[in-house]
Parts: sequence; structure tokens; C-alpha cells
Amino acid sequence: MSIYIDITKKLGSFYLESQLEVGKEKLGILGGSGCGKSMTLKCIAGIITPDKGEIILNDKILFSSKKNINLIPQKRNTGLMFQNYALFPNMTVSQNISLGITNKTSIEKKNIVKSYLDLFKLQDLENRYPSQLSGGQQQRVALARIMAKSPDILMLDEPFSALDAHLRFSIENEFSEALNKYNGTVIYVSHSIDEVYKFCDSTAIMHNGRIFEKNTTKHIFKGPTTLEGAKLTGCKNISPIKKMNQNSILALDWGITFNIDNTVHDDIKYISFRETDISISNLCKNKNSFELSILRIKQSPFNTILELLPANATNVDSNKIICKYSKDEANNIINMQNPGKLYGSVKKDNILLLK
Amino acid sequence: MSIDFSPLIISIKTSLVAVFFTFILGIVAARTLMNVNSKVQWILDVIFTFPLVLPPTVVGFILLVIFGKNSAIGSFLSKIGMSIIFTWQATVLAAIIVSFPLMYRAAKGAFEQIDTNLIWAARTLGLSEFKIFIKIMIPLALPGIISGAILAFARALGEFGATLMIAGNIPKVTQTIPLAIYFANAAGKTKEAGFWTLIIIVISLIVLGIMNYWSVKDKKIMRGGDAK
Repeated sequence: MSIYIDITKKLGSFYLESQLEVGKEKLGILGGSGCGKSMTLKCIAGIITPDKGEIILNDKILFSSKKNINLIPQKRNTGLMFQNYALFPNMTVSQNISLGITNKTSIEKKNIVKSYLDLFKLQDLENRYPSQLSGGQQQRVALARIMAKSPDILMLDEPFSALDAHLRFSIENEFSEALNKYNGTVIYVSHSIDEVYKFCDSTAIMHNGRIFEKNTTKHIFKGPTTLEGAKLTGCKNISPIKKMNQNSILALDWGITFNIDNTVHDDIKYISFRETDISISNLCKNKNSFELSILRIKQSPFNTILELLPANATNVDSNKIICKYSKDEANNIINMQNPGKLYGSVKKDNILLLK
Repeated sequence: MSIDFSPLIISIKTSLVAVFFTFILGIVAARTLMNVNSKVQWILDVIFTFPLVLPPTVVGFILLVIFGKNSAIGSFLSKIGMSIIFTWQATVLAAIIVSFPLMYRAAKGAFEQIDTNLIWAARTLGLSEFKIFIKIMIPLALPGIISGAILAFARALGEFGATLMIAGNIPKVTQTIPLAIYFANAAGKTKEAGFWTLIIIVISLIVLGIMNYWSVKDKKIMRGGDAK
């Protein structure tokens, strides 16, 4: 159970250069809109033909520019769930689900459809039309329809983007359960950090048509190694660096020198830390502490965002550091500021060095 | 005033037979167009729409040139003992040609409105192109196709110019209602012309009624069919 993709495709000024190898796992492709993540899925499904390269699914060549192979979508046996679910409006739930099942007698078909109706909790809805279903129900029908034909790979294109935010939360568990019934390679495309973190075993970072890094989801979120990875997993504080010596670097935007335990490799270009990883006190604890002042206080419903300006910073807007605290913590820090100076520090473990 | 009802029968028969062919040809033409590249598409679209913008007499004249005794097709047909010009078949031919663009454009519009994701979803589910056409495209485009067919019927019923050119005005053979009106009026039989006019108005009202019924149904299907 695996898929190997190595393709290029030029579309106007956009250049897709997708390289991936996915085993029997749930891979999330995280990227902004227009980064080429949906396009990659469409290339695998046979909707878009790449210019060059290879797509091999379980030893079956779906596409190969060298060998001049380009299977039609019907022969690829992939399962692609569209962003808008693409349910056939003129067919009932049962008809939608049974449509993709081939090479089966009508009794076998009925049984398969029935088992998926049960599995996805759609028993009472079998004779309804898609327009008579809620968004979450439509989503389950779409997934059932694809899984009923036992595809060799399951691809989900932003499965939650068509749903309201409050609805998303309530159906996530059901969706996750349904998804776990599939035993094979899953590619889950999304721009949502939350979804990828919740649903996927591993994560690939995609930006501007390229895949920058791929690792287990935990690793990617704990310690992205590329600038794109840091940005897409939600790092707000990123600064270019200058390497001072083997173990110390200067963050250029902030004018702060950081001491690093390990040797800093030459390909490291940026430093970053998350908005929750900075601790503030009015003591200069160690040599990794740096003086700062509060620039702006922003209230969000359950947190307070502090925009901090390091003492050595030169440009107020581009050199700020953004931190997120609970309301209480933030009040403590704001009170500390009045009697004296503030010092921030970041644990060495939480410092991300980026290529 | 004794009325000969043959124009009514000829008109209805001609329109129905013509629409039968137009219906199939229009749908096939619209579907075929989706499979070819955009240049060919443009050229075919112009050709398929041409009879709509050309004056009917011009269509009639072109048909005369194509099917006349001196043309290749015409002489071939006369060799095998067939003749089109000045027969009832000619009224059907004229009606097909002038009503075809309406059917074709309606079907094309209806197909184009289908969410392409549905077609691609069907392909990835493994459905053959033929099955997709029959099970998804036709049902989803049906309201548009039906109203196209009704319009085509109305157009076929009203055809005058091309019919006169290639079928002539032969009573009980090629004399349709529009021809009957023209020649009755020209002969000073105002009452007869008025009678046929009334008949045409009644038929047109019925056609419009059916069209409106379908467009309401169309909206219902679209509302029921919104999968987003």
C-alpha cells in the first residue's frame, strides 16, 4: 500500500513540482490556497495530466511520461473526495453510493451499499436526495461513495471547507471514525493546521508548487525545519539570522543573540519560536534573556496577545515578537512592566532553526 | 366556409417528425462539441448556429442547391429513385434545419451548466463516458433539453420561408399552416387566413404553457439538485 509521485506541471506562471512517497498512512498536505495541493490530487486521480514524471500506485503505473503511460481516471481506481463533495443531485443516497461499485451482482451491490449505510450511520437517509441532507451527512455520503468501491488510495480535498465552523467541531469525531475504517493510503489536503494535526499521521508542507518537508505530524509541529514549515504550522515569530560562531547566532530582525547547544549548520537561515514559547520576567535570568518592551496589547476572547519590541530592534512594525498568554498571565506581565524592565527568554528546546 | 384540415395535420406531423430528429441531433451535436478542442469547437458552433441567423429563404436556397437535380446529392438520390424537393420530406428537412440551432444551443447551455466536478467524480468512480452521459448529464440537463425541444417544435411549426423554397405549396402534401395562411390571404380568403391564424395562436399558447410548466420544474430540480 503505497504511492510514489514525482511530477512537474506548468500552468501559466505556476509551476508544480510534486515529489512524494506515501506508505500505508494518513498523510496531510498542508499549504495555503493555490499552493498546488489540490492539483497534486487531481494529477493522481487523472483529472489533470502532468507535463513530466511518474505516478505509481501499488506497483501500478498510473502515469509515466517516459513510458508514455497515462491511464484514464476510470482505470486508476483512486478515490477522490471533492471539496464540494460532488454528490449526484439526481440520485438518492443509496444510488450515489452504489454507482462506483463495479463487477458485482446486484445482490452483492445491495449488500455493500447496506453495509456502508450502516457504517456511516446513514441508514435512515438512504432514499433521500443530496439536497435534503445536512452538510455533515453529505460529507459522510461522499466518503461512503468513495470507500464503497474499495479504492487503492483515498484522497480528501479540504473535506471540511464546505461546512460551518460550529458544525465542523461536532462532526469531526464521526468523520474521524469513518476515515479510520479505511485501511490504506490516505492523502488529506487542507490549509487548516487543526485538521491536519487531528487527522493525519504524517504531514507534508507544500508552498508555491513544491513540497518542502515531510515528517510525522508530531515532528512537523514540534520542530519544523524549513521556513515554509514554520510559517504553515503557525509560527508567528521568524527572523533571518547571521551566524556569529559555531554555537551562537544573531537574530537580525530582533537584534538578539541566541546561544545554541548544538553546532549551527551553514544552511540555517532563520530562527523561530512559537507565540506560546516565550516566558517573560523582570529578571535577566541568563545569557539567552533579552530586554523588551510591550508595544501593543490585543484582547481575543480567551487569550491576550502581546506584541513585544526587543530593546535592540530598529523597525517597530517588522521587528516585533508576538506572544500569546492566558488573560491572567498577560495581566501579570503588564503589571511587571510598571516597576521595571522586562526580559524575555525562550527555552533552548523551543528554538527552531530553519533552512 | 368549408375548411380543409390537411394543413393542420401536415404541420403537426412535420413538426413532430422534425423535432424527433432535431432532439437527437441537437443533443449529440452539443455533446460532441464538448469533446473537441476549442478551435474546432468554435468553428462547429458557428456552423450549428448558422441556420438561426440566416434568413429562411437563404436556408431554402442553399438546400435547393444541395438537394436539387443538378447537385451531386440530388442526382444520386434521383438515380436511386428518390426525390426530396417538393415532397413532404422536404417540409421535414426544412423544419429540421431551422429548428436545429435552438435545440443544439439549449442542450449545449444545459450541459455547460453541469458542475464539472460531478463529471470528474463520476470518472474517478469508474463510470464509462457513455454511462456518465446517460445517468448524469442527460438527467441533470433534462429541463434545459426539454425546453429546447419545445422551442424547436414551435420554430418548426412556424417555418415558412425555407419550406416554400424547397417544398413548395402543394395542398394536402406540403401545405403547412403558415403556407395556408399566406396563400389564403393572397387569394383574398381573409376568413380562412384568420381561422389558421387563430389555430396557430392556440397552439403557441399551449406550447408556452408547457414551457413555463417545465421552467418551474427546472427550478425545482435545480433547487433540489444543489449539492454544495
